[in-house]
Amino acid sequence: MNFWLIQSLNSLALGGVLFMLAAGFSLIFGLMRIANLAHGAYFMVGAYIGFTVLERGYGFGAAVLAAGLGVGILGGIVERVVLRRLAGNTLSQVLATLGVAFVIADASLWIWGGDPRPVPPPALLAGGVQLFGLTFPLYRLAVLVFSIVVAIGLWLLLDQTRLGMMIRASVDDRQMAQGIGVPASTLFTVVFCLGTALAGIGGVVAAPILSVYPGLDADMLPLALVVVILGGLGSLAGAFVGSFVIGFIYSFGQVLFPDLAYIILFLPMVVILAARPRGLFGRISA
Amino acid sequence: MRRALFAAFLALLLCLPLLTGSVYYTNLASQALIAALFALGLNLLVGYAGLTSLGHAGYLGLAAYTSGWLMTHLGWGHLAAAAAALAFSTVMAAIFGLIALRAAGISFLMITLALGQVLWGLAYRWTGVTGGDNGISGLTRPQPFGIGLGDPTHFYYFALLVFLAVWAAVAIWVRSPFGASIRGSKDQPHRMSALGYNVWLIRWITFVASGFLGAVAGLMYVYYHQFISPHSLSLANSAEMLLMVIAGGAGTLSGPVVGAALVVVLKNVASAYIDRWIMLLGFVFIIIVMFVPGGIVAGLARVRRPRLQPTRPAEKPAPLEKTT
Repeated sequence: MNFWLIQSLNSLALGGVLFMLAAGFSLIFGLMRIANLAHGAYFMVGAYIGFTVLERGYGFGAAVLAAGLGVGILGGIVERVVLRRLAGNTLSQVLATLGVAFVIADASLWIWGGDPRPVPPPALLAGGVQLFGLTFPLYRLAVLVFSIVVAIGLWLLLDQTRLGMMIRASVDDRQMAQGIGVPASTLFTVVFCLGTALAGIGGVVAAPILSVYPGLDADMLPLALVVVILGGLGSLAGAFVGSFVIGFIYSFGQVLFPDLAYIILFLPMVVILAARPRGLFGRISA
Repeated sequence: MRRALFAAFLALLLCLPLLTGSVYYTNLASQALIAALFALGLNLLVGYAGLTSLGHAGYLGLAAYTSGWLMTHLGWGHLAAAAAALAFSTVMAAIFGLIALRAAGISFLMITLALGQVLWGLAYRWTGVTGGDNGISGLTRPQPFGIGLGDPTHFYYFALLVFLAVWAAVAIWVRSPFGASIRGSKDQPHRMSALGYNVWLIRWITFVASGFLGAVAGLMYVYYHQFISPHSLSLANSAEMLLMVIAGGAGTLSGPVVGAALVVVLKNVASAYIDRWIMLLGFVFIIIVMFVPGGIVAGLARVRRPRLQPTRPAEKPAPLEKTT
């Protein structure tokens, strides 16, 4: 009983982290039709930036802010300098993001070295909390709550604001949206910054759970891909549901079948591709 | 002209060990041939069928691990292990093809990447079978007809033989009516369907053939290195191979071979001076995609005959941001 409850909380926390990673990926794909293969690298850089900020003695909030801003700006630069010049050719854009992923990953290895970097959770959330006579790690609960807050914030942004309206219009029918005056150029940059910033924030928030190490990018990217394939590309609800499904499967898989966790991860993808290739909530047939 | 060029190239390949006279260069040439083998197979999928796969190093790894495991754990001979490895990898390619071909375009790329990472994760984590991070070492090279391939020159000629056979097979295949239907399924899938072709089946057969050639390259790879580790299945390795195809020129016969030679030479030269190969790979990737999208072979042809071909395809859609 104890094992299942604790493991469920771990799954929920991992699901929350995956949501922050996959939501940005899905958003970028929905609008720009680009599979941003550098998303794992942005996640890792965010975690490293957070590590450095914490190491300098600043608080966890500052680390989250610095990672979000830093990675968002980095994403914006990549969008403006590289992806923009390849507009209209999605395959080239995707391959360029892969190149960016390698540059970022190797630069991180250069800057932060090859050893795993442990990141402590904020002191306030370091302990455990007593629930039903069991001790739950407080930080994982906080990650879950934080990711739900982010999800609600994103939903409000997309559903209730003018910016969100323009993004949704462009996702559904880009040419029509442009025709009625949606500034696609600015929108692309804004969404790319937002998506990468989310990945960076996800990286910091995940760092006390996963720690930061070279190869974190390659570990996270396939998880993000499986989440969006499962949930449906370009759908926020899909990313949310997919993240928690994969969070559960991966966490339990790693504990119950440590050798074969990767195979178990890929089973839901096979099932969904066989039954519903566009994913649970997908509207885009890519 | 083309024939003279081809004959000169063939003569160069045949005389290479004599010309260089050094083990280092002979080994470098063997590596380039193995990479070219792999690129030829990947090009079937990427260049001719228009399906960009980012998990292709998986087939190399499948074949290499299967043959290595059969030989070290079960004590199989080279021939039996090679046949079993090729068969198993091809069956896996057939299964993966069923999954990945539920989609096309970017989704296909994402699924192949995820599948490739599954194989990588398996090689890395399933330590009981794969040896984990340490991989499988202590493998030997085969001795066909009593000729020891441990000798670099012997191995080079063995690799050359396999390479020429595969090249000829690929050349015949893409020029056959079926090859024409592969190109048709890339350029006009809807029209091909309307004409009664089974586009899905054409793609699946190409996928399996491409996986089979990847497995052939994987066997050569494991014979050459006498070692296999998860690193060989990594995304970076898949990307490196895709770079060979794209840099040389996807959808051409000679492009991937040129690309493979260039990438292998670049990697060896670069790693003599810096240890940032992955970063260099990333930058080369971005530069090729941005500035030489058709590949080097096509780029050179364009420079040589500027009047015969327009520098930019006319049907290229206008950049999207101009419409605001």
